[in-house]
Amino acid sequence: MSEITRASSPAAANGPARTLVDVAGLSIGFADVDAGRPLVRGVDLTIRAGECVALVGESGSGKSLTARSLIGLAGAHARVDAARFEIDGRAAAGFRERDWRAVRGGFAGLVMQDALVSLDPLRTVGREIGETLARHVKGQSRAQRVAAVHAVMRDVGIPEPERRAAQYAHELSGGLRQRALIASAIAASPALVIADEPTTALDVTVQAQVLAVLEARLRAGVGVLLISHDLAVVAGIADHVIVMHRGEVVDSGPTRSVLERPSHPYTRQLLAAQPGAHSRGHRLGSARLVERGDATEAGASTIVRERLPVRAHTGGDTVLRVQGIGKRYARGNAGADADAFVALDDVSFDVREGEVLGIVGESGSGKSTSANIVLGLLAPTAGSVEFLGGRWNGAGVNETARSARRPLMRYIPQDPLSAFDPRHAVRRLLADGLHAQRLAKPAVLERSVALLEQVGLDASYLDRFPASLSGGQRQRIAIARAIASKPALIVCDEPVSALDLYVQAQVLDLLCELQAQLGTALLFISHDLDVVQHISDRVLVLKDGRAVETGATAEVFASPQADYTKMLLRSAPALRATRQAA
Amino acid sequence: MSDISVSAAPALTGRLADAARRRLARVPVPVLLSSAFLALLAFAVALPHAVTPYDPLLSEVAHAMQPPDATHWFGTDRIGRDVLARVVYGARYSLLIGLASMLVSLLIGLVIGLTAGLGRRVVDEAASRVFDVLSAFPPVLLSLFVVSFLGQGIINIAVAVGIAGIPKFGRVLRAQTLVVRRADYVTHAVIFGLSRRAVFWRHVLPNVLAAVPVIATIDVGSAIIAVAGLSFLGLGPQPPTPEWGVMLAEGRDVLRVAWWPSVFPGLAITLTVMAFTTIGKYLSRIYGVRTR
Repeated sequence: MSEITRASSPAAANGPARTLVDVAGLSIGFADVDAGRPLVRGVDLTIRAGECVALVGESGSGKSLTARSLIGLAGAHARVDAARFEIDGRAAAGFRERDWRAVRGGFAGLVMQDALVSLDPLRTVGREIGETLARHVKGQSRAQRVAAVHAVMRDVGIPEPERRAAQYAHELSGGLRQRALIASAIAASPALVIADEPTTALDVTVQAQVLAVLEARLRAGVGVLLISHDLAVVAGIADHVIVMHRGEVVDSGPTRSVLERPSHPYTRQLLAAQPGAHSRGHRLGSARLVERGDATEAGASTIVRERLPVRAHTGGDTVLRVQGIGKRYARGNAGADADAFVALDDVSFDVREGEVLGIVGESGSGKSTSANIVLGLLAPTAGSVEFLGGRWNGAGVNETARSARRPLMRYIPQDPLSAFDPRHAVRRLLADGLHAQRLAKPAVLERSVALLEQVGLDASYLDRFPASLSGGQRQRIAIARAIASKPALIVCDEPVSALDLYVQAQVLDLLCELQAQLGTALLFISHDLDVVQHISDRVLVLKDGRAVETGATAEVFASPQADYTKMLLRSAPALRATRQAA
Repeated sequence: MSDISVSAAPALTGRLADAARRRLARVPVPVLLSSAFLALLAFAVALPHAVTPYDPLLSEVAHAMQPPDATHWFGTDRIGRDVLARVVYGARYSLLIGLASMLVSLLIGLVIGLTAGLGRRVVDEAASRVFDVLSAFPPVLLSLFVVSFLGQGIINIAVAVGIAGIPKFGRVLRAQTLVVRRADYVTHAVIFGLSRRAVFWRHVLPNVLAAVPVIATIDVGSAIIAVAGLSFLGLGPQPPTPEWGVMLAEGRDVLRVAWWPSVFPGLAITLTVMAFTTIGKYLSRIYGVRTR
C-alpha cells in the first residue's frame, strides 16, 4: 500500500508531469448485456498530474463506465480488456481486489453526482471525510486527523469547518454537500480525482463554486478526470476533451482544438446544436458547423442555421396578467407573519399574445410556485391573476368557473413520464388533451393522428405506452397534448432540462415552430440561461421569491442591471471558443 | 398469396408457442402447482359429482369409521359418510364463503378508503380511526361478535369475516388513493380541464384498483381460515353441511381412534390457503415491477 504515491507538491512537479493513467484500446462489456458485445470500445485515455481531462457524451455513451473501470468499479461481471492499462505506472490488468482498494481513496478519489445519496445519512460529514484518512493515512492521532479533516474542508471552501463537520449531509445545502463529497474524495491527497457529473444537479452559481474547487486541485498538481454531458461546463476547465458517443471515442484532443475544429460529425452537430443568444429565431437541430471559406485562419469554423418560420402574430392583447402574487407558508403553529416562509413575494408580469416570456432563477427562487399559481393549482396568499381578460383566481373563482377557459391554458412538464397515466396508451393520453372539445370517437382518432404528425411522430405511436418511449418522444407527446386544444398560453416548466443536448435541440425547434405557427404564448420556465436566451422574447429573473429584473431578453443579457443577474451570467459556463467563432 | 400464408402460419404459431413456453418457464414451480390446485378446486366447486361418485350426506352406518382404502380413498366418518365426497363438496362452501367475505371487505374497504383518500382531512381522520378500532380486536373475536349479533348461517358468517377484513383493504386503498390523487398525471388531467368526475373515473379509480388483485388474493386465503375457524366453533354452517371447519369439529370427537375424518379437511384448508398466498405473493412481485 505504501508504494502508492501521493500527490507531489506543486514545487516538486517541475519536471515532466507524472503520468497517472495510461490506457489504450480499452473495451468494457458484460456477458449478460447485449450478448457480451462491449459497451465501451477502443478508448485511449492518458491523464497526467495537474491536467484536467474531460469525458463528454450523452447519457448511455459509456463515459461513467470508462471512468469507473479506472478504479476497478466497472461492475462485478464486467469484462475489461485493454492493450495497455496502467494505473500509476503499474499494469492494472492483474490487479486483485486488495490492490484496487489501495488505489481507491489513496491514489484516486471519486466524486459522484448526487451528494445526498453518496454521503452516509447516519454519519456526520466530518466522520465521512475522516474515514478516507483513517484508511489511507497511517499513524495519525485522533486530534491530528480532526485537524486534517478541517483543513481539507477549508481547502474546498466550506466555511466554519468545525461546525459543518458535526452536521449530517441533509443539513447542508446542495453546494456545501457537493463540496463535502469532494473533500472526502481528496482527503487522503489522491493524485487523481475522478468527478462524475459533479455539478449536474446544481444551480449555476453553485456550479461555478464547485468548478473553482476542482481548478484549485489542478493547480495543486492533482490530475482530474471530469465527466459531463455538457460541453460548456468542461470548456472552461479541461485541458483535454474526449467526446464519447455510443461507447466509442469520436473526438479527442486539446480543448481548444476540439471546440474550434471538431473532426467528427457528432461533435460538430453537438456544438452546432448549442442554444444561446446567437441562435434566436433559428433552428438548432439542423444547424451545421462549416469551415470558413477564406481559410486564412486555419480551421476556424462558423455555424450555419436555418431560420424558423415567421411568427403568425406577436405582441397583441395581454393573455395573462399577473399582479403582485405572493405565497407564504406558515411555519409551525406561529400565526405571526414574520415567522412565515416566503416562497414568492410581490411578483408581477404580463404575457401578450404569441409572446414567449422566460422565467429564470435557481432552485428555490419561486419559479415553480409561480407556474402553479398561474395554472390555478395553488392559491396565492396575495395578488391576482387574470387570464384572457377574466379573473382566474381569488374569491368566487373555483375550478367550475375556470373550466370554460381551461382548454386555453396548457402545460408542458419537465418529466412527462410522471404526467402520463401509466395505464394509458398514447391514444388515450391524446384523447385527454382533446377532452374539452367533445369530439366523436372517429374525430378524436383523426385529430390524434394529425397531432402526432404535427410533432414529428406518426399513427404507429397510438398504441405505445409512455414507459416504452424515449425522453424526446415523451416530450413530443406532451407537446401534442398541450397544443391539442389550440391554447392561448402554454406554461412550460423546465421542458427540456432532462433531455440530452441534441434531443433538446430538436424539441426546442418543434416548440418554436409550433409556437410560431399557432401564435400561442409561452411562459417558459428554466434554469438554463442559454435555452432562455434562445427562445424567449422577454425575461423575468427571480431570486428567493422576488423579481430582481425584467425586460427584453437581449437587453437583460447584454447589460444586466441587477447584481444578481450579473452574477448569474458570470457563473454560467460558456463555450467561449464557439461563441467567438459564431 | 396462399403460399405465403400457408408457410407463414406454422412459423407464426411456432413463435407464439415458443413465447408462451418461455413465459411459462419464468413462472416459479410453486406458483404453477398452486394454480393447478386452485383449478382443481374450481372444478370441484362447479362439478363435484364428476370428481366423486359418493353422496356427501348419505350415511352407511355399516361402513362407519373405515380407514382409507380402494373404495373410500379418504375413509369414512363416524356415521359412514365418504370423507373424500365431503371434502370435495365442502370446497363449495369454504371457497365461496371465503370469496364472499373477501368481496365484503373489498367493497366496504374500497368505499371507505376512497372517501378517506379523496375527502377532507376530517373525513380521512374519521375513517382512519374506524380502521384503528376495527383492527384493535383480533379478527376472529370481531367476527364472533358480529355473528352473535346477526346469528349463525352461511351469509352471516361471510359478512362477519368480511367486516373483520375491512381495515386491511381500507388502509391499503386509502394510501393508494392518496398517492394517485397527488400524482402528476391527475394534476395534469385537472389542467386539461377534465371534470372532477372524469378525473375520478378515468385516472383515479383505475389506478387505485390496480392494487386490488394482490391483496384480494392473499386475503381470500386468510378469509378461508377464519371461516373454517368459526365453523369449527359451530357458528357457521350447521352439520351435516360438508363444510371443512364443520368436518374438523366432527372429526375431533373421534380423533383418538380415527385420524382421517379430521386430517383430510385440515389438509384441504392448508393447501387452499397456501395456494392463494403463494399466488398472491407472486402477483405482488410482478405487479410491483410492472407499474413502478
